[in-house]
Amino acid sequence: MSALLEVRNLVTEFGKGLGLLAVNGVSFTLDRGKVLGLVGESGSGKSVTGFSIMRLLDKPGRIASGQILFDGVDLATTSEGEMRRLRGKRIAMVFQDPMMTLNPVLTVGTQLIEAVLAHEAVPKEVARQRARDALGLVGIPSPEERLSAYPHEFSGGMRQRVAIAIALLHRPDLIIADEPTTALDVTIQSQIISEFQRLTEQSKTAVIWITHDLAIVSRLADEIAVMYAGRLVETGSVAHVLGTPRHPYTRGLIMSVPSQNRRGEPLRQIPGITPAINRLPPGCSFRARCDRATEGCSAMPELSWEGARAYRCFHPVEGPTHER
Amino acid sequence: MAVSLIRRLIQAIFVILAMTVIVFVGVNVIGNPVDILINPDANQAERLRVIAHYGLDQPLWKQYMLFLQGLVHGDFGNSFVYGRPALSLILERLPATLELAISALLIAIVIGLPLGLYAGLYPNRISSRLIMSGSILGFSLPTFWVGLMLIMVFAVELRWLPTNGRGATAEFLGAQWSFLTRNGLSHLLLPAFNLALFKTSLILRLTRAGVQEVLPQDYIKFARAKGLSERRIVFVHVLKNLMIPLVTIIGLEFGSLIAFSVVTESIFAWPGMGKLIIDSINLLDRPVIVAYLMMMVILFVGLNFIIDVCYTLLDPRVRLDAKA
Repeated sequence: MSALLEVRNLVTEFGKGLGLLAVNGVSFTLDRGKVLGLVGESGSGKSVTGFSIMRLLDKPGRIASGQILFDGVDLATTSEGEMRRLRGKRIAMVFQDPMMTLNPVLTVGTQLIEAVLAHEAVPKEVARQRARDALGLVGIPSPEERLSAYPHEFSGGMRQRVAIAIALLHRPDLIIADEPTTALDVTIQSQIISEFQRLTEQSKTAVIWITHDLAIVSRLADEIAVMYAGRLVETGSVAHVLGTPRHPYTRGLIMSVPSQNRRGEPLRQIPGITPAINRLPPGCSFRARCDRATEGCSAMPELSWEGARAYRCFHPVEGPTHER
Repeated sequence: MAVSLIRRLIQAIFVILAMTVIVFVGVNVIGNPVDILINPDANQAERLRVIAHYGLDQPLWKQYMLFLQGLVHGDFGNSFVYGRPALSLILERLPATLELAISALLIAIVIGLPLGLYAGLYPNRISSRLIMSGSILGFSLPTFWVGLMLIMVFAVELRWLPTNGRGATAEFLGAQWSFLTRNGLSHLLLPAFNLALFKTSLILRLTRAGVQEVLPQDYIKFARAKGLSERRIVFVHVLKNLMIPLVTIIGLEFGSLIAFSVVTESIFAWPGMGKLIIDSINLLDRPVIVAYLMMMVILFVGLNFIIDVCYTLLDPRVRLDAKA
């Protein structure tokens, strides 16, 4: 069985010919029903990767080269009409900020029903019923009444449930979840993650979970892909990547999780900030922040494969994290 | 809702009351009607008789009280010039102005809204840039000049349309209307277009600005992610959000169309209220001026009130109660 999604050398460019590559040669595959955690700091290109797959890039962003094979169809080059038929139906997306994703002047019911009708020619009553069931499924109480409510009458967590209900309406093959819990508080986060996990497992939906939160990834994902400055720097199974990270950046990310620190010690952090994509140094883009960097790092390392995992580093970390 | 309605009503009464003072005092400052009303050859006894007849010998505050007394009974006094009740004089002219203003507003909406949508959706097309430059002309060309040009081109040179008057009218709802007859309609066209020019530009630019503001919102992106057709996104998701600023402007501008159609009415000899008020100002016909200004105040207060009610229908987040 071939993979559901295969991204090959995806390059997404902002401003033609300016060399602003938000995503630079990213490749990964995702099987049906699997969860990929796409991890990185702000500006690493992880969200842009998600929007590239949906072909919903903000102007002047565009896919400059590469392939996005979704069940055999190349999303990078397929027609806009075909893309519209896929969006919402077979590939859905959940956004980061639930306060902004629902149209404030339309009822929740309208926004659900139109999503049903966009892909299925059913009577409005049937669509309404489907909408109501979808709300019930994501744990919204008294869904019938809530259909006629406006987004502002819902809390952030409830709105994200509505967005998830919309994403799951047509039982898509793939959901791209762009930090869907970042804007929520911790207790709600956990609820949403559990619901999400339950529902996607039920419908055998593959998920790309975009996040900077390694704790979530370790809980949810099968595979993990770490991005830095537009490039994949490490990829592999969750156990491998989080257990024995090879790339110093991945290690840094893991060490930055507060629970990795001993009480009373200052929190660890990766020094410096992600470089802007228009000011990337030649060679490994992480080398300015890396304690293992040498002269040799001024050339760009290629991904080195070690079985099913890969990393982009000349001086990979050996052994488990804690021994450092 | 009921409470806030009553609050608004009381506020409105105060606004109207304040305006009576301003209008009454203001009109007294601009000139003494006695100089115009009385034949210069009249003798002193005759003068005093006329002054007493119009109550102009009373102190200002007493005149004001008498005026208020009349106002409560809907009596603005008799016109000095026509010797008839000022109010009925104005109401006679109201249909002419009303149909001119409504036609102008319709033209402005029918032209301005689609062009604004187009220019907002495709800001980089040359046609959009032409539309936007054109709207600058609509803003900056003086109404009287455009009116004269319209007459020159369409009436004098091409002889397509008549230059002045209302043409044939037909009765409807107890008033005479031009738009009901072919001949009347041909008379209406030029002045209505003249009056509409500025408003068209205004609505056009407002619509474009609104589209540009709404398009980058997450909820539009999310609507796309649902696989909705572009048509539904533009005409439901974008347009419904645009309606809020548009209704405000259209409502207020309708008031100003009625109140300030003076120039157009004068150029096209359109027998509406604007022409009446200009004539009355020239003759210092105080009761007519006062009655006209009061009607305009009531018109604006009323329009504002209607706009507020429309808000609650258009924007679910606004409820009049919430302001209490």
